[in-house]
Amino acid sequence: MLGRTANGIFWMMRNLERAENTARLLDAGFRLALTRGQSAARAEWRSVLVTIGMDAAYAKKHTEYTGPTVTNFILRDRDNPGSVLAMIEGARTNARTVRTAITREVWEATNESWMVLSELLSRPVRSGNLGEVLALIRRQTTLVRGAMEGSMLRDENFNFAHIGTFIERADNTARILDVKYHVLLPSVGWVGSTLDNTQWETVLRSLAGERAYRWLNAGRMDARGIAEFLILDGRFPRSLAFCFNKLSSNMASLALEYGHETSAHELLRTAGAKLEMATTAKIFDYGLHETITAIIRGTREIAQAIAADYRFTA
Amino acid sequence: MPTDSSVNFDEMLAGDGTVRSAYRDYDQWRTAQPDGWLRQQSAEAERFFRRTGITFNVYGDSDGEERLIPFDVIPRIVTAAEWRKLERGIAQRVRGLNAFLHDIYHRQEIVRAGRLPEHLISRNPAFLPQMVGFVPPGGIYTHIVGTDLVRTGPDEFLVLEDNARTPSGVSYMLENRETMMAMFPELFTRIPVRPVSDYPRRLARSLAACAPAAASDRPVVAVLTPGIYNSAYFEHAFLADQMGAELVEGGDLRVVDGRIAMRTTCGFQPIDVLYRRVDDDYLDPLSFNPASVLGVSGIMDIYRAGGVTIANAPGTGIADDKAIYSYMPDIIEFYTGEKPILGSVQTWRCSEEDALAYVLDNLAELVVKEVHGSGGYGMLIGPTSSKAELAAFRAKLIAGPENYIAQPTLALSTVPILTKAGLAPRHVDLRPFALFSPNGIDITPGGLTRVALKQGSLVVNSSQGGGTKDSWVLED
Repeated sequence: MLGRTANGIFWMMRNLERAENTARLLDAGFRLALTRGQSAARAEWRSVLVTIGMDAAYAKKHTEYTGPTVTNFILRDRDNPGSVLAMIEGARTNARTVRTAITREVWEATNESWMVLSELLSRPVRSGNLGEVLALIRRQTTLVRGAMEGSMLRDENFNFAHIGTFIERADNTARILDVKYHVLLPSVGWVGSTLDNTQWETVLRSLAGERAYRWLNAGRMDARGIAEFLILDGRFPRSLAFCFNKLSSNMASLALEYGHETSAHELLRTAGAKLEMATTAKIFDYGLHETITAIIRGTREIAQAIAADYRFTA
Repeated sequence: MPTDSSVNFDEMLAGDGTVRSAYRDYDQWRTAQPDGWLRQQSAEAERFFRRTGITFNVYGDSDGEERLIPFDVIPRIVTAAEWRKLERGIAQRVRGLNAFLHDIYHRQEIVRAGRLPEHLISRNPAFLPQMVGFVPPGGIYTHIVGTDLVRTGPDEFLVLEDNARTPSGVSYMLENRETMMAMFPELFTRIPVRPVSDYPRRLARSLAACAPAAASDRPVVAVLTPGIYNSAYFEHAFLADQMGAELVEGGDLRVVDGRIAMRTTCGFQPIDVLYRRVDDDYLDPLSFNPASVLGVSGIMDIYRAGGVTIANAPGTGIADDKAIYSYMPDIIEFYTGEKPILGSVQTWRCSEEDALAYVLDNLAELVVKEVHGSGGYGMLIGPTSSKAELAAFRAKLIAGPENYIAQPTLALSTVPILTKAGLAPRHVDLRPFALFSPNGIDITPGGLTRVALKQGSLVVNSSQGGGTKDSWVLED
């Protein structure tokens, strides 16, 4: 396959994954803002912007942090190159350039996502229909992934698509943890307060993990348990361990298909081994923040190595 | 030009209002459908095209860069007997064109014989000196030809243009059929229509048969596209996908070890046959337009050394020239020794003094075209033009007569389209697609029918608001 095609399919899936995760993050922020006082809501909207790296861009245009302004900026502002709308457009443009590397079903699902969402996001989103809009973003991106699972040959195309998905997902999960790590740090004064519980639930909800966590822990909540679940539990599909397992397996398939490994395999192995040997105790000893920062950096280096090793660009 | 069914040949209805035999089965089915059903399906077709992304881009159109070509649900039907004649006529023409191209890039016998003026070749911008003395692999110049035909009577099909350069539209031939089969499946169980769906397989086979000497046993075919902003990008991707070929851009290619190679995830791999959808001028910045980023530096040298096949061959565009067109009956006869099976449209070459005088005297009745133009741009349709437009064109003609040819305004045949008010006749043309390889000429039974959507309009080009129809060739 062409290096340019691998690049296109990789970024198509990264764009879609980021759009979906951004919708989840907004959903969690929206819920928190509904149930909390104004100042807490303001802080939460701001933290959403920080998580997706748009705080500075937002501050250039707005001074107030209110739900409608923040959500519209993130979802559909034409001045915001990282908006969900821009990501969906980006994914669709990528899909067009790699049209021969994806099945008709995947292309149609992507094209339809773009048609539905660009129509929906052509008008301002009000808080009354925000929930519906966010649900639709999740559903449309899920349809594309489903079409991929159900119709694509398990070859290099599929592997590059999966690698894009899980690089992006690992990065997004790590960023959420990075912004919220202080919520998960043990603090004598806060333990057991309702404030903690709501904050913890927001973290879980923005990663679609609240039900799974509750089910596994019979309703008990504590910071360490949540950190362990989101970082180390290989059964949870948005945990860092899960993402790295998937990356390893897709990269291994590439090595098998091409007959050799690359520098990206080496980097991935090192990062994966660290995660495998980690325990909650070690993470908190070393520092949650430091651990997460290292993972974000590691993921970025792996992505760069993949682009170079597989000749994404000339 | 006013449309009058007593003047125009309508392919469905005879002068007395009876349905012609080609359309009898279809019309019986159509009239049995519930009211409004066809209209409803027609709206459904548009949603289908949008969803599948069958769009084209219009240059210089800033709003909505992708558009749909309007699709009409009433098929255009050709009988088996009509098709047999078209097939023979097109095959003859394709052989003639190839012999002509070989000749003008070699001994130019046709000029020596005094049958074609030398300046039409030497001063033609589409003539490429880089092709002189070179025989492309398999001796094939025009691997793919899309012959534009118009019909003026029961037995009169004329060739309007040859399109030997890079004919487009074949994806619409295929997708229009897919759409019709999805919308009206029972129609195809009732009426025996010859299938078109194996065109991509035939194309892949035909291109592979033209592989250069350097190729491996299983030639690697790739489609070269200018990229997603090109008006026909959908078609490039569609054909590559259907052929199982790589879709490459100039930036993916470079010369490696005397071959044209594409940058894959595992390094550079050679390409044997390049089905290019990039114009000659952009193909090789070293040989042609030095500013081009759409082609590959050095491809002409590799080509001439037998390292790659370029389809269609560079320099074939000269056969599309409208001044050359006016000599086409002679050209066919010169090389095949036969009278042309398909007629041409009478053509006045404005470079000739007598012809120019005639054209200027009769401008309001004629169609005037630029010699090197295409796509329906820069032409004058006398009968529908205003006095001011005629005067402006007259001035252009006098200033540069050699840039123009003129033809009579043809009474193009009509086929009904579905309008809000029911069926209404509209003018059509037909572009069948012929593949040429050392294994022979292969013409897919069908083609692209373009239809002018405005009443009375003769302009069928999609860039100017024309639509398309599914084109049926009936089984015997």
